[in-house]
Amino acid sequence: MIVRNPGLLSLIQDAGRTGFQRYGVSVSGAADQEALLIGNLLVGNEPDDAAIEVTFGGAEFEFSQDAYVAITGGDLQPSLDGTPLSMWESFFVPAGSMLHLVAPMSGMRSYIAIDGGIDTPLVLGSRSTHYSSGLGGISGSALKPGDIVPLGINTDNATPGAKFPSELRTEYGSDLTVRVIAGPQQEQFSPTGIQSFYASAYTVTESSDRQGLRLDGPQIESSQGKYDIVSDAVVPGSIQVPGDGKPIVLMTDSQTTGGYAKIGVVASVDLPLLAQAPPGTVIHFAEVSVPEAQSLMRERRRAITEADMLTPLRKTRQPLTVDGVDKDVSVTYRSDDSSQPGGTLASVEINGIRSTVRIEEIN
Amino acid sequence: MALISEFPKIVPVGDQAVNIEFGNEISDAINDRVYAFADALTSLPPPWIRELVPTYRSLLVHYDAAKFDFDTINAEMLELVQSNSSVASSATRRAQLIYELPTVYGGEYGPDIESVAENAGLDTSEVIQIHSSIAYRVYMIGFSPGFPYLGGMDPRIATPRLATPRTRVPAGSVGIAEAQTGVYPNASPGGWQLIGRTPVPLFDQNRIPPAVLQPGHFVRFVPIAQDQFQKIESDVASGDFEIQVSESTR
Repeated sequence: MIVRNPGLLSLIQDAGRTGFQRYGVSVSGAADQEALLIGNLLVGNEPDDAAIEVTFGGAEFEFSQDAYVAITGGDLQPSLDGTPLSMWESFFVPAGSMLHLVAPMSGMRSYIAIDGGIDTPLVLGSRSTHYSSGLGGISGSALKPGDIVPLGINTDNATPGAKFPSELRTEYGSDLTVRVIAGPQQEQFSPTGIQSFYASAYTVTESSDRQGLRLDGPQIESSQGKYDIVSDAVVPGSIQVPGDGKPIVLMTDSQTTGGYAKIGVVASVDLPLLAQAPPGTVIHFAEVSVPEAQSLMRERRRAITEADMLTPLRKTRQPLTVDGVDKDVSVTYRSDDSSQPGGTLASVEINGIRSTVRIEEIN
Repeated sequence: MALISEFPKIVPVGDQAVNIEFGNEISDAINDRVYAFADALTSLPPPWIRELVPTYRSLLVHYDAAKFDFDTINAEMLELVQSNSSVASSATRRAQLIYELPTVYGGEYGPDIESVAENAGLDTSEVIQIHSSIAYRVYMIGFSPGFPYLGGMDPRIATPRLATPRTRVPAGSVGIAEAQTGVYPNASPGGWQLIGRTPVPLFDQNRIPPAVLQPGHFVRFVPIAQDQFQKIESDVASGDFEIQVSESTR
C-alpha cells in the first residue's frame, strides 16, 4: 500500500509495546484499542494486528494489491475511488484503488484494518509507532507521502460485508461522562479540589495529542499547595494535576513515569471515548469502583468478541456487460441491507479477475 | 509525617494495575526494596502478572484484569509483600558496577554549564570537577527510552529546570534538574540544564534489555575533549566501542 497523503497524522499502530516500560519505553499502540480490535475482527485478523491510525483525515492511500479492508473508529468520511464507504464493515479493495479519508463526522481517529495486517518489522515485540522516541512504524516515524506500507499475507479469513452491529458501536459525543477510579494520590487533593474535579465540566484543549489530553476548567486544589510527588509509574488514563491545577489525562504515548500527583485513572472501558475526543469536547468525570470498572470492561470485551458480525451469505446472478459482451455473473456477498443508500460492496469474479462491485436493490 | 507502618501499601492504579508503595521518599533502602520485590515476583511469577514497572519508591504491577479480580490480586499481593521483606535484589547483590560515561562538558555540548556555575557561585571547571567526581546510583529508568534517573549529586550544583524547556535536546546530553542529574539517551524535548554530552549510546532497540543502564548500577562521568568525543562516536558507529565498567564492593 502506498501512502499518497498521510493527512495531519497517520501512524502504524497495534495493541501496543508492552513489557518494556521499566526501560522507559512507552506502550504507544492504537489510541482507540476498541476500534483496532473490531477492525481486526472484521477482516479476520489476530486481535492485536497492526492497522493504520488516521487522525482528522485529509489522507489518501493507494492499494497496490487486492485486500479486504474495514474502517472503524471515528468517521472521517472514507471513500474508495470517490464512492462513499460504510464504517464498521469489511469490503473488498481491488489493486489500484484509492482510499480517501476526508474529515471528521464523528470522533477523530479512524483505523484502517487490512486482511493480513501490516508487515513492518517488529521493534521490541510491536509494530506500534512511538514517533517521539523514534520506535516502530516505518523507521520510527509517522507515515510520509510515498511511504510503502508492506501488507501481511492474506489470511483468506475475511469476507466482504462482515459488519459490526450498529447497536454495539460506541457513540463519540461532544459532551462525555467518563468514569474514573480514585487515586493513586487522591489524598494529595483537598476536599474542595476533589469536589471541583467531579462536579465541573472540563474541555479538551488544542494542546492535546497522543501523549495526553490537556483539559481546561476549574482548578483542582491540592491539600497543601503541593502537586508534585516522587516520580512513579503511570498508565494510559492516569489523570495528573500539575501546578496550574488543570488536569491532564495521559494517553497511550505518554511517558512511563511522572512526577505530578494523580487524582484518578480513567476506567479502561471509557478510554476509547477520550481517544476520539477532539479539542472542544466537554468532559464530566464520575467516580466508579475498581470492581465496577472491571465488570464494565469485561462486559464490553465480551459484547465485541461475541458479536455476530457475519450476516447471511447471499448469492445472486446478475447480467453484466463486460468489455461489450453480455455475461451472467455470479456475485457472492454478505449483507442484510442492500437497500441502504449507496448499497453494499461485494466481491465478484469474472474470468478469474476479482473486482469489487456495489450492489443496490432495484425494485 | 507518615508512620512507618503505612508502608508497604497497595494502591489501585485504574482497573488493570496496582502500585506497591514502599515509601514516599528517595532513599537507597526504599529503592532496594522495590527491586528486591520486583525480582521476587519475577522469579515466581504469579499467573496474573503482565508487566512490572519499578520506580524510585514503588512497583507498578500490571495484571490480567480480564481473568483476575482486584480483590484477588489485592489479597495475594498483600501476602507476597509481607512474606518478602528481602532487600537483596539481583541489582544490589551484584558487586557495585560503575559504568563510565566519557563526557564533553560545556561549549555547544553543554550550553547551560555557565548558568549552572553562576547559580552555584562557582567556576565552570569546579562544576565539572564536582559533577565528575561522584559515582551516581541509577534509581530508575523512565521519562524516555533508557533515561536514567541518577541520585547522589552534590547539592552545590543543584539548579532549577529551564523556565522554557527546549523543543529538542540532542541525544547524549547530560543535564541537571534541581538535585538530579541524568542523560537524554535520545533526542527529545526537555527542560534540564545541559552541562555536557556523552557519545555513549544508552538505548538500543535491537538488544534485550534495550537499556544499557539498569537500576542498581552506578554511573561516573569522565571529562573528555572534543576530539575524543568524535573518536568514540566513530567507534560506536563501527561497532568497536565498548563501555568501560569497573567493579567495586559496596
